[in-house]
Order: sequence, then C-alpha cells, then structure tokens
Amino acid sequence: MTTSNLKQTAKPVKPKINWARTEEADNFAETVKLYRQGKYDDASFRRYRLQHGAYGTRMTSDYAMVRIKLPAGEIYPHQFEKLSQLSEQYSIGNAHFTTRESVQLHWVILEDVSEILRSLAEVGMTTREACGNSVRNVLCSPLAGVCSEEKFDSTPYALATAKFFLRNPMTQALPRKFKFTFTCCEKHGMARIVDVGLIPQTREVDGEIQRGFKIFLGGGLGNKSFVGHQLEEFTPEDDVLYTSIAVVRLFDRLGDRVNLARNRMRYLVNEMGWEKFQNLVLKERAVVRATQSVITRLKVDKTPIEIRRPIQITDESGESTPDGFARWLKTNTVKQKQSDFRSVFITLEAGDVTSNQLNALADIIRDFSAEGKARAGYVQNLAIRYVHEDDLSRLYSRLLQVGLAKSGALTMTAPIGCSGTTSCNLALTNSHRLAKEIQRKFLSLKFDEDDDLMDSSIKISGCPNSCGQHGIATIGFFGGGARVGKDMYANYQMSLGGRSDDETMLGQICLRVPAKRVIPVILKIIELFKQHKKPDDTLKSWIHRIVNGNEDSDIKSINDIKSALESLVVPPTKEDDPDFYLDYGSDTSYHTKTGKGECAA
Amino acid sequence: MCCLTDSTKITTDIDSVRSEIRDNSIRLIDVRRESDYKEDHISGAVNLPLATLLSDDSPERVLKLFNSVGIDDETSVVVYDDTFGALASRVAWTLEYIGHSDVSLLETTYGHWKSLGLENDSVTPEIQNKDHSMNLQSDIMATSDYLDSVKTRDDVILIDNRERLNFLEQHIPGAVSLPYRTLASSDKILRPKEDMKRLLGNRGISENSEIITYCGSVGTLSGLAYYALKSVGLNNAKLYVRSFKEWKNLQKPTEKQEDANYWDLSAE
Repeated sequence: MTTSNLKQTAKPVKPKINWARTEEADNFAETVKLYRQGKYDDASFRRYRLQHGAYGTRMTSDYAMVRIKLPAGEIYPHQFEKLSQLSEQYSIGNAHFTTRESVQLHWVILEDVSEILRSLAEVGMTTREACGNSVRNVLCSPLAGVCSEEKFDSTPYALATAKFFLRNPMTQALPRKFKFTFTCCEKHGMARIVDVGLIPQTREVDGEIQRGFKIFLGGGLGNKSFVGHQLEEFTPEDDVLYTSIAVVRLFDRLGDRVNLARNRMRYLVNEMGWEKFQNLVLKERAVVRATQSVITRLKVDKTPIEIRRPIQITDESGESTPDGFARWLKTNTVKQKQSDFRSVFITLEAGDVTSNQLNALADIIRDFSAEGKARAGYVQNLAIRYVHEDDLSRLYSRLLQVGLAKSGALTMTAPIGCSGTTSCNLALTNSHRLAKEIQRKFLSLKFDEDDDLMDSSIKISGCPNSCGQHGIATIGFFGGGARVGKDMYANYQMSLGGRSDDETMLGQICLRVPAKRVIPVILKIIELFKQHKKPDDTLKSWIHRIVNGNEDSDIKSINDIKSALESLVVPPTKEDDPDFYLDYGSDTSYHTKTGKGECAA
Repeated sequence: MCCLTDSTKITTDIDSVRSEIRDNSIRLIDVRRESDYKEDHISGAVNLPLATLLSDDSPERVLKLFNSVGIDDETSVVVYDDTFGALASRVAWTLEYIGHSDVSLLETTYGHWKSLGLENDSVTPEIQNKDHSMNLQSDIMATSDYLDSVKTRDDVILIDNRERLNFLEQHIPGAVSLPYRTLASSDKILRPKEDMKRLLGNRGISENSEIITYCGSVGTLSGLAYYALKSVGLNNAKLYVRSFKEWKNLQKPTEKQEDANYWDLSAE
C-alpha cells in the first residue's frame, strides 16, 4: 500500500458488467504464433485479428492498432489507470479517444496485442468486435441520464443491447460492420447517421406512461453517406430487441457479401427503397417474435445509479478563482436536469491524451464525479458528469495542472480529426494534425467565446471514408491529393451545412481547399457570415438557410460562397511558397500513398 | 541448464534485504544523486551516484570506485535507485563486468520502499576500503564493432528499449522495440517471471538466440532489459553500453518507419 492509497476517498464505483474473457488473450497469442509460422493464411488471420479489435497500421504488418470498446461510453477510474499503463508499455505513451466511444492504442507490436487483451481483462474491458464485420461498439449519448430534454435515460438499454450482441453467434460474420447508437434527445442527435439509431420517447396508454423509442434505420457516413429513416412512430421498449434482431437478420441475409465497398446496410436500404425495406423489417420482426422459443428481452438494469458527492477535504483558505474559469465554465460545461450538478466536457486535441493525463483523470473522477465514472463523448472527447456546482472551480484547477482544461469543448473550436496519415492505411492527408492546428488557432482567436459560432462544428477526414464524420459538420473536410505540374499537395474537399440533429442533413460540396489554406478559408467564411448575418443568426443557422435556398442577402447559395473563396485556394508556385506543398507534420514533399483498408475486411 | 539459470538471483526482495541489513551481510548501494542520498536513504546504504561512475567508466577507475565503497570479491551487493531500476541496473552491470558475480537489484524503487515506511535514515556509514580483483567479463558487453560483426547472424536479436516513438523515428537496423516500461509491473522493477517469460516468448525472444540490448545513451534502460532477460534465464545477453548515442555519432546506418506521421498522435 502506498501513501496515496491511504487517502480517504469515496467507495470506488466498480462496473457491473465484465465485458472481457481472459481466454481470448491466450487464443490471440497462439493465433499470432501460428500466423507467423505460416499456418494461417492472411485473409483468415485478418478476419480473426479484426474480430478481436486489432486493426492494421499504415504501411506495415509489424504493428497493430488496438481498439478498446467502451459500451455506452462508460469508463471507470481504475480503467483509466490501466489504459495509462498500457499506453506506456505497449504503445506510444498516448491513447486516442474516437468518435465512437472507443479508445485506441496505436503502433502496438502485433505480438504484444495479447498482453494488452490480458491486462484489459483484469479491469473488465474488451476489444472484441471493435473492428471487423460485427456489431461494433454500442454508443450512448454522453448526456443520457442527465440531459434536460430527454424522456428517460437510454443508458441501460444501450448496455443491454451491447451485452446481447457481444459474442453472439448471430453477429460473428455479418456482410459488413453494423452500428447502433442510442441518444438522449433530438437536439443532441446522431441517431440518423447510423445503421440503427434510437431516441427515447414516451406515450400514454390507458393513463400509464409507456417507454419506447424512435428507431431510425439505414443511415450512415462513409464514401457515400445516407440519412436514416424512421421505422414507425413509436417502438415500445419490449419491441426494441425484436426490432434489432430483425434488422440484423435481414442485413445478414440480404447484405451484399461480394461488393465490399458498397455493402453497408445503408446501400441495401437505398437500392431496395425505404418502403420495401421497412415492410421487410416489420415482417421479419413478426417472425422473430413468433419463433423465439423463450421470450427474449433486453435485460435492462433499471436500478438507479448511486449519486454520492465525494467527500472534499477542502481548504477554505479563500483560494481565488483561477484565470480562464469563466470562459471554461461557459464553453465546457452543461447544466444537468439534476439541480446543482453539471456535466463537464474535456476536449482532447483530436482525441489524444497522454499516459500521465489518463492517470490523473482516474483520481480527478474519483474526487469530483458523484457517479464515480466518466463517459466518452461523440467528438473524441470525455465527459465527467455529476460534478457539484460548488466543486467546479477546484475541478478546473486540477484539470489545468495536467493540461486538460482547454476551453471550447462544446464549440466549433474543438474539431474532429480522424487519425489520418498518423497511422491509417487509407489516409491521404494528415487530418489529425490539421484538426489540432485549427483548434490552437481558433482558441487563440477566442472563437470559443463567440456565441455566434458556438453551435457550429468542424470535422475532418483524411480520405473520403468519413471516420472524421465530415458529412455532418457545419464545415466539413475530407482529404485527397492535387497537383500542379508534377508537384503534389494535400487538398481537402469542403462541404457546408451538415448536421445530425432533428433536421439531419449531409453537408453540400462547396470547393476544394489546399491543406495549408483551410484555416484562411474558414476565417473568410466567418468574415462573410459576420457581414451578412441577421441579428439572431449563428453561423450554423446562416449556412443552413443558404444550403436550403432560403437566404436573401448577396451570399445566397453555395456557389456565392465558393466565388468569394476561390481566390484563396489558387496554388502558388513552389518557388514562391514551398511550404504550400508540404502537408501538416511533414517536411518532405507531399505524395499520396495508401495501403489496403480493412474497414471492408 | 534451465534450472540452474532459473535460480540465479536477479532481484532481491524487500524482506531479504531488510534481514540482510540487520545481519550486516550485504553491501547496499544507493545510486541516486548525492543530495538525494544525503536527505535520506535505506539504512546502511552507501552512495555511488551513477553520474560519478559514468564520468569515467574505464575498468580501472570503476574498480577503484567499487573498492572505495567497500566491495571485494566476496561481498554480496544489492543496488537500488529511484528510477525504476534502470540506474541501478547500469551500476550492477558494471560490477558484473569487472568480474563481480554476487550482485542483484532491489526488487522495488527507493520511493516505494519509503512509502511503505521501511527503514531509512540520513546517516552515512563509515566504509573501509576493500580490494576487488579485476576479471573482465567481456562477453556481457557489446560494442559497435561487435554489432557490425553480427548483423547478418539470424541467431542474434537486437533489442531497443527506448520509447516507441523514438524507435519509430530512428533505430539500429534490424532492432526490435521493447520499451523499458514494458519490463516492470506496477510496484516492482521487473515483472513476475511467468509474465516476463510469456511477453518475451510471444516475441520469439528465446534461449536459442544471443540477445543484445541498447537504449538512448548510456545503457541504463537497456541495463534494466539485460537483467529482465536474465531474470527468466536468458543468460546469453549483452549490453551495448554506449548505445544509440554512440551509434549515431559514428554515423552508422539507421532505419526509420517511413510514410506515417506518428508524432502527431502525441498530445504532448
């Protein structure tokens, strides 16, 4: 026992569900050995590896990326400590939070993956089915349970769904990956851009409140993105699992197993037409309901969570409120429906966090969260919930000490950048670094404090495949290459007006912007907005009006914006501006180079 | 062979060290800075800062140093530090190199020892000079020339113990990456034997090979790795004591992980 263990803290909150199986670590180690001895062919090994959450790495077969699922986004203090240790031992001293509530360890030696699986099992975490053609991590809104607009807490349903499908034989060899997202309310969105999206709703039947969901099917972001369709007006909670099984079974049966690039369920829905697909789902659900030999229901754990404000050993010495607190309070915290509590969002630079920070977070959560755990968010970030109003400034000081108090978490200054050329085989550009550059620049300009920019978003993918979710960004980018003569440069396609709330729509293509011109172009868009905005406009509402053809000022169409920006995107000669031809984070000439993707593997 | 090597003592556990302090049957060496040592140290320990040793680590000089802290051929020596065992390893290896066989590492760090409330004070013990013989063990040392001479041999494994990002950026051709953090458990400087065996076994690091370890500059992190190997009976090990710093100064060839911006994944 060390001295720090002697410190008096609240009883540690332990997870109720153990997602891990230790024997999978042994199997993985053995399988890697057989593979290295040539006793496993490449394709079978890849399938196996992906099913266990180990993804390939850019331009090498020596390394893997290990993706750890956080079902419903939940993560506990001792799990942070484990991740801290693992990131130092087997990775690059950093971990990465994704847009799908997972944590990734990059540049892991393939032979070490089993050691990670073994250690994760000690804290109940799994990588199983984090990649590959299976049901991927089941998401839940980071505000579920505390959102003032939600009908009820969807977290127990998300956890039960995750538990039902994990290792379920029905989902081990789907035509392609399959994603569920539970959300809290329409405003916080994300339900229409996923295979199955669920929003809690209630209705009154014979004077009783009945719980149910709005279920959206066939949405998804990718090389070609689609917005999901609502299955029916109200799906009662008892029908949620039947519906999920029916959809998974249909996809398993009808999904395209040949054309890997076009075989997500959204393509099936699109090709078949929504009404036909909808009918098939409803019929299949009737079959599922009728043929289950025992009643299969989601095992929803509705025991209320224990809320206990950790005992504070406060010194009432009148410590002054640290600089930047008001700004941080405004841009990083949300009032909960529970009075006196707030949820605090921590923005990580494009999702990256050091092993020291992970370690510090464990103690911070123990000391400040009355639910004793944290949630991963939708935007490569983290939420510490149930922080008492009186504890906020002390929490801010603690976060400052470890470099986690960056403001703007809930604003446009916290862009998403997928991993890009830092590790991904498919990437064409360093989208990851670009997101960090934008964040640094925009925070220095204090854009996070600008109410007009608050509800907008910037999202960047390093290729057309949408891991950075550019399609639902107010200003979205996906990477590619362009050339002047024989000289290449990193170039992004920019789209405008995407959103993922109750008015979900995909962004509309505007123009191509060279990597080194992305920041000036965004600044110019903001300038145009400030010139033309109506008093109540935000950047998001202004762009929304333009892309929908409802704007009446000089700038009334995407084409008008394009014309205003065109002079900024003209490539200079290499002699005039050699830096233009280098991508962010690189000091050698830009050229596109990709390996084989495994999203479709 | 295997059973014999398994019984070699690489680390000494806390309980044994405490009783050996009471019996006055070991020489305990604290390799931290002199100022840290003067503040407090394990009762009875003598100070031999790593920096003092490294300022001139010719065999003749280090022999004198070891004599001055009272070590002769028969002395049972335990070394400790507060830097996850890496500095202690470098000193222990040097002692082994001049021909001393009875040397081991304290299984934990001084910080941990102290946090357990175990014996410590600020008394500097009086030490009588001893006379150690010189019997250089050149088979545990690798030089850059030696590395050149074995580069085509399949049965030699070169291990780089620096952090992964540094390895990706630049390393000696053919080396494999095993960051020093991988070697420890949460409260011990080396993992339990079974864990260590499994880790190295997965990597194909076995007794069928000769193993050479190196790190960034002076052979500390790789010194710890040298003892990690020995802790599971992999005795055919050498330390490239001048490590990557010398390799680069000699402008020897290096390898790099190309076409990826891995540094940008770091939050620092």
